[in-house]
Amino acid sequence: MSGDNGDNVWILGAYMTKFGRHTDKDLIDLASESALGAMKDADVTIHDMEVLGCGSLFNAQAGVGQQLQKQIGQTGIPVYNVANACATGATALRTVLLTIKAGEADMGLAVGVEQMGKGGLLGAGGKGDRGRKVYEPSGRYGSVMQVEGVLGTGLMPGVFAQAGMEYAYEHGGVDFEQFAKVAEKNHAHSTLNPLAHYQKQFTLDEVMTAEMMSYPNTLLMCCPNTDGSAAVVLVSEEKLRTLSRDQQKRAVKISASALTTDPWTEHAQVQPDVNTLTRNAAKQAYETAGVSPQDLDLVELHDCFATAELIHYDNLMLCPPGDAGKFIDERGPWRDGQTPVNVSGGLISKGHPIGATGIANVFEVTTHLRGEAGDRQIEGAKVGLTHVIGLGSACAVHILEKAAV
Amino acid sequence: MGKQVPIVDYLVIDDGSPHLAAWESVDSGALYFDRRNADAKGGGTEFRRKKLATTGKVRSFTIVNRGVPGIPVPYVSALVDLDGGGTVKANLTNTPPDPEHVKLGMAVKMTTFPAGTDDDGTEAIAFAFEPAS
Repeated sequence: MSGDNGDNVWILGAYMTKFGRHTDKDLIDLASESALGAMKDADVTIHDMEVLGCGSLFNAQAGVGQQLQKQIGQTGIPVYNVANACATGATALRTVLLTIKAGEADMGLAVGVEQMGKGGLLGAGGKGDRGRKVYEPSGRYGSVMQVEGVLGTGLMPGVFAQAGMEYAYEHGGVDFEQFAKVAEKNHAHSTLNPLAHYQKQFTLDEVMTAEMMSYPNTLLMCCPNTDGSAAVVLVSEEKLRTLSRDQQKRAVKISASALTTDPWTEHAQVQPDVNTLTRNAAKQAYETAGVSPQDLDLVELHDCFATAELIHYDNLMLCPPGDAGKFIDERGPWRDGQTPVNVSGGLISKGHPIGATGIANVFEVTTHLRGEAGDRQIEGAKVGLTHVIGLGSACAVHILEKAAV
Repeated sequence: MGKQVPIVDYLVIDDGSPHLAAWESVDSGALYFDRRNADAKGGGTEFRRKKLATTGKVRSFTIVNRGVPGIPVPYVSALVDLDGGGTVKANLTNTPPDPEHVKLGMAVKMTTFPAGTDDDGTEAIAFAFEPAS
């Protein structure tokens, strides 16, 4: 494990709202709840905050951080409004972390929030009807019409289905059933998490016979559109040492924070490569933290689709190369398995409010490391990893540790 | 026959038999289908046009059952590694859209089809792949 050099950043407070459809609340209601909840959990107030990082992808230009301040405290501190695909929340967290590491602040608040509503399938884009139809080349591909469904699919269930099938092509030993087992596990895990959007268990057969969205992803293998927010209070180690014994005892150390984008790879010109940047982020994080994949007591990874979770077992090195199918067959990622993965229910059941997701998974791991996860507690958890990836692409990995300050 | 245009500019329909063409970085050999400012692999700014093969192998696929309005489902979307270099995404046609018939690694060849006609009578020609045998 990494040595304490006094430059560490710690999580002092964490909170997430119930994930679901919050038709009676707006974006700022959700953000306020999580921000106030995290500060209460940390036993601090808005007057202790010296920086605010706010992640909300679909409202990136709305100044959500400032809107939030106008509800919970206009103290004049700097705000960073962050948008970074599905890594938006994790990037907001990392922005606050870097501000503390830079010595500009001792304590800060990171908030992620999204209101997805019934958003439908994401990723369609393209050209719609605009009155008179005339084929004129436009855009970087000189396309004359919408190509979604004509030249393959860029819809999210299909993109991640193709990512999973690409893994099957390269490694073999993976089929529809292995992918479906991922969703069977996460739905089962969600039954222990009262904050999850859905808490319903399904048999493997029910997962496999649900409506097919984009083979091999059935409806029960896709994350839902969800509203929600999560927040954390971060503190410098120096500042933490001046706080109460109770605050120090519940603080969780951020042993590594890695953020990567996708390096050039040959096949990624037509199909996003979600693997290389995840492997790069994981490698950086393990090295920085001095932690190996075998040390992890739990992992919250980006299971936007069941096919995605399976390939990230390999990318995060939770299994030997090419063995992701075997890993799920042997129940390695179940809560009583070798390395519990997504004991929160994951994005598949807990939900995926994009801006909140990268902080919600930090909340989950933090709660286990504190021993406060109730029925879903992974007993004796000391080290955990969080992972998010957004297409475009951006990937964040954090390693958290229960440690004495 | 009215005027025909390719659905995207990397489909070439007016220079011999239909084929795909990529921008190849002179420095790194990286292939791109889009208009380039520079080479994202090596950083160079010189490119040449490269004609790609019309045959290849399926490296991945999905069968889309819920798609965008106006596009009949189910259909197969596939990533195809072209013989001699280049990977492209397209629909897989002339095969039943089910996992019993569509296989990873299967050999395919390119085909073209009319994807629509605009108000001036111009036909957009698209490409797809079909089993090679």
